[in-house]
Amino acid sequence: MTASLSLIIVAAALVGCGIYLILERSLSRVLVGVLMLGNGVNVLFLLSSGPAGRAPIVGRADPADMSDPLPQALVLTAIVIALGTTAFVLAMAYRSWQLTGHDDVQDDVEDRAIRRRALSDESSEGYELSGDEGTDEQEIPEEGRSRR
Amino acid sequence: MLALLLAHLVAAVGAPALVRAFGRWALSLLALVPGAAVVWSLASTGPVTGAAVRTEVVSWVPALGLDLAFAMGSLQWVMVLVVAGIGATVLVYSAWYFADDETRLPAFAGHFVAFAGAMLGLVLADNLLLLYVFWELTTVFSYLLIGHDPTRRASRVAALQALVVTTFGGLAMLVGILVTGAQAGTFRIRELLAHPPSGPAVTVAVVLMLLGAMSKSAIVPFHFWLPAAMAAPTPVSTYLHAASMVKAGVYLVALLGPGFSQVPGWHGLLLTLGLSTMLLGGWRALRQFDLKLLLAYGTVSQLGFLLVVVAVGTRAAALAGLAMLAAHALFKATLFMVVGIVDRRTGTRDLRKLSGVGRSAPVLAGTALVAGASMAGIPPLAGFVAKESALGALFDVAGEGDGSGIAGPAGWLIVVGVVLGSALTVAYTSRFLWGAFAVKATVSRSRVAPAPVGFLAAPVLFAGSSVVLGFLGHAETAVLMPYAEGFRAGGSPSELTLWHGFGPALALSAVSLGLGLLLSWQHGAVTALQCAVIWRRSAEHAYVRLIHLLDRAAVEVTGLTQRGSVSTYLGVILVVVVLFPGSAMVAAAVDGSPRVIPWDNVGQVVVAAIVVIAAVLTVRSRRRLKAVVLVGVTGYGTAMLFLLHGAPDLALTQVLVETVTLVVFVLVLRRLPEYFSDRPLTRGRYWRMAIGALVAATVSGVMVLATGARTAAPVSTGFPREAVSFGGGRNIVNVTLVDIRAWDTMGEIAVLVAAATGVASLVFLRTRVSTISRIQDIVALPTGRRPGHGRPVWLAGGRALTPEHRSIIFEVVTRLVFYPIVVFSLYLLFSGHNNPGGGFAAGLVTGLALMVRYLAGGRYELDEAAPVDAGALMGVGLCVAAGSGLVPLAFGGAVLQSAVVDLHLPVLGTVHLVTSLFFDVGVYLLVVGLVLDLLRSLGSGIDRHLARESAGRVAETGETA
Repeated sequence: MTASLSLIIVAAALVGCGIYLILERSLSRVLVGVLMLGNGVNVLFLLSSGPAGRAPIVGRADPADMSDPLPQALVLTAIVIALGTTAFVLAMAYRSWQLTGHDDVQDDVEDRAIRRRALSDESSEGYELSGDEGTDEQEIPEEGRSRR
Repeated sequence: MLALLLAHLVAAVGAPALVRAFGRWALSLLALVPGAAVVWSLASTGPVTGAAVRTEVVSWVPALGLDLAFAMGSLQWVMVLVVAGIGATVLVYSAWYFADDETRLPAFAGHFVAFAGAMLGLVLADNLLLLYVFWELTTVFSYLLIGHDPTRRASRVAALQALVVTTFGGLAMLVGILVTGAQAGTFRIRELLAHPPSGPAVTVAVVLMLLGAMSKSAIVPFHFWLPAAMAAPTPVSTYLHAASMVKAGVYLVALLGPGFSQVPGWHGLLLTLGLSTMLLGGWRALRQFDLKLLLAYGTVSQLGFLLVVVAVGTRAAALAGLAMLAAHALFKATLFMVVGIVDRRTGTRDLRKLSGVGRSAPVLAGTALVAGASMAGIPPLAGFVAKESALGALFDVAGEGDGSGIAGPAGWLIVVGVVLGSALTVAYTSRFLWGAFAVKATVSRSRVAPAPVGFLAAPVLFAGSSVVLGFLGHAETAVLMPYAEGFRAGGSPSELTLWHGFGPALALSAVSLGLGLLLSWQHGAVTALQCAVIWRRSAEHAYVRLIHLLDRAAVEVTGLTQRGSVSTYLGVILVVVVLFPGSAMVAAAVDGSPRVIPWDNVGQVVVAAIVVIAAVLTVRSRRRLKAVVLVGVTGYGTAMLFLLHGAPDLALTQVLVETVTLVVFVLVLRRLPEYFSDRPLTRGRYWRMAIGALVAATVSGVMVLATGARTAAPVSTGFPREAVSFGGGRNIVNVTLVDIRAWDTMGEIAVLVAAATGVASLVFLRTRVSTISRIQDIVALPTGRRPGHGRPVWLAGGRALTPEHRSIIFEVVTRLVFYPIVVFSLYLLFSGHNNPGGGFAAGLVTGLALMVRYLAGGRYELDEAAPVDAGALMGVGLCVAAGSGLVPLAFGGAVLQSAVVDLHLPVLGTVHLVTSLFFDVGVYLLVVGLVLDLLRSLGSGIDRHLARESAGRVAETGETA
């Protein structure tokens, strides 16, 4: 099958710009990036579905001239899902703005704590459990303390 | 046998409740379960002596070769008696041992009985995989039992250490089992032993299995977990760490011996490490002050000895090994129970603080003396019989080989080692007896509380058994012989008896006894030597070091990989996309270039240029609104490309979605700052550009190649015919959505419900349902009038807005276009099966009509237009779609199957009805509900937040003024 160069360029531009944006911190920019990325991928679906044709409606065109309907059904699903994603991420951005006054995605606090431990060559928090004392010469535990 | 195991399972589950109801005496009741196993085993003595094997097989996972296969021969007979007999007795002893206020007793009872069951399963299993399952179960329950008191650090550490070490061995063993099973073609143990496989793979597998055995039986270098496990309550130590679980390793070696004792590495590994363990354990036992630890190191030493005898692989040695195993279980259980009683009665088990206990508790001391004598190998006790037989067997091996292949220097080395080990045994036994019971001049007499008779019953019973067993050599030989006959007969006849006659065995016994007494007489010199050669680099230190390194490595790796920044993670993922699929793409592109044409039609070029420019401008914009409008342009441009490609359904839906998205964006953006937060221009920006460009190149390149590589006819070639004949519609895309791939659509609308619910929860926080406020609920309008009074208006809800927010022209237009839009959407819905349209597009159009009402008249107008709960609407939609999918089942069809019905109605004429229309109606309702929900939460919800805020601000300024 042949591929249309115009569609390739559009898809590449949308994907590239989308990727650049989703690597940002601001949630609304990330969302704009996701939308662009989605549009780019939808165009790629068209691209791989073969050459352009007539609308896939029986009776209006000869089946041989029709564009492939299956990728269209898949893309339609993707478009509607994108609406749901957009709304959800927007609500998250709004909530983030309510809580912090901006919509930037913050670094994970726990991960930062672990990085600090790694930099200062410390053990993990749970290391105490695995123990570092010998049993050979240890104190004798007074197990029978509660007498009848 | 399965019945016995099930009885253990039931008892374990019921044990906590039983203990809560009847207190610690319930433990005696629970002892009946292992007791039943003892009775059953004793009842089978006759057949077992006659070399019969009782078997039982229930198929479990035949595809994996895993079945519930059990078998009991003479080896298993001994093990069952040891495991169940000591289990039952220790349960009775525990009832006396624990105090009434012991809060963890219910859990203890459950774990203990479960452990006994797992151990029973382990020795009865006739399938290596099944054996492994029980093996790991004992590990888990022993972990729980050692960690009986989780508030004590020592017990937590010990439990974890035992778990880590034995699980490590267990995993090695699993690999060994799998390899052996694969080589032999069966996991059935009796079949494996009958036709043992061979070859390098089997050698490695056997060594791996032995690793498991040695870690479980606390053989050097895994020995250190056993003394640490003494943090457990004494009944646990008695059962697990003296009599039963640690014997699992010895049992495995004994089990595999008849088939695999000639495998290379078997003798070298087991005999060297077993002998080292025997000497090391004995040596370290001699410097312990804690009686329990002394016995623990003694156990380590004895386990080494047992392993040596069992591993040698001659008939006499096998016989002696099993006798030793039984004798050891009896005397070691007795001694541990004695320590428990001393501890309970005097309050300590430190031998430096005990004095004169023997005089105050003569029965206890006598019991310990008998058991100790058996341990030291003094006639006429069971320990002597077994040890002398073992020495005799080893002497024969050294002298004549007896078919074991270790005659000569190696054999003599073993004899010398075992004699030395036995001497150490004698020495630490006397240290134990002296330490626990003797009167010490420098220590004040210990106060000993009297022990109830029941508390003493168990150790006395076992000490008595040690005596009786010493005289039962003949019967013991008879019942153990069927196992020993799996090995080649040696030069001298094998028999267990008190009197072997004067010979090398008796001489070796005497030598070791004399040497041991010498050691304990010269204990001053021994102590000095101990102090001189203290080893700083022990196996335990190595373990601690290893665990520390592991932990540090985990911290470093986590610190390196878990950066906590989403963009870093994404970056890594994208770089991988570029490196791997990207390089594959380049390689494929070199092979053959795909066919590329400049455009499908000229319109594409124009639209493409607009989209590309809009995309670049979006990236560059710093204002939120500008970015959103520009991304909207790329969206509408994409819709145009769809149309030019011949996809009107897509174009329609894309335009509608793009519009709804824009409105929703604007609704939220009114609260967010106008500009994106300022970030310094860092190097990171160029990285992002590079990644974006490379990913774009990779993705589009791969797609072009994929397009060029298509050779098969598309799946959809048959769709036009099928759409009409089965789906009853001419719009193939719509038929695909509601019929051919209706499951996809089903999943998709479920995702929409989830997304809308998420949005509503993020905005309303406490409730998912937003209240519907009609205009007549308002008490005072901004104009001061009450609703329902005054002139009729174009939009009722508009009156709730302040005059400066109203636009009468917008209200008039809205009033005029609302119903036409709704009618149009219904047209799209019903004609969608044959023309562009369908449930999604129709739902979005109705949603847009509602959106217009909201924008023109505010949130009251929205509720006037749609006085229904959005969640309920979506729920109804989902039910209609799912329900219409299920209806065909009632008529014998498949889920989501369509039927075509032609109705003749009086006014409308003939109606061509396809049942999948109802599915589309469900989709329609759901999408309307989705848009309504977004308007309620991101529109009305944020409106309310704004109103509340400005009200708060007014109140504040009023106060300050």
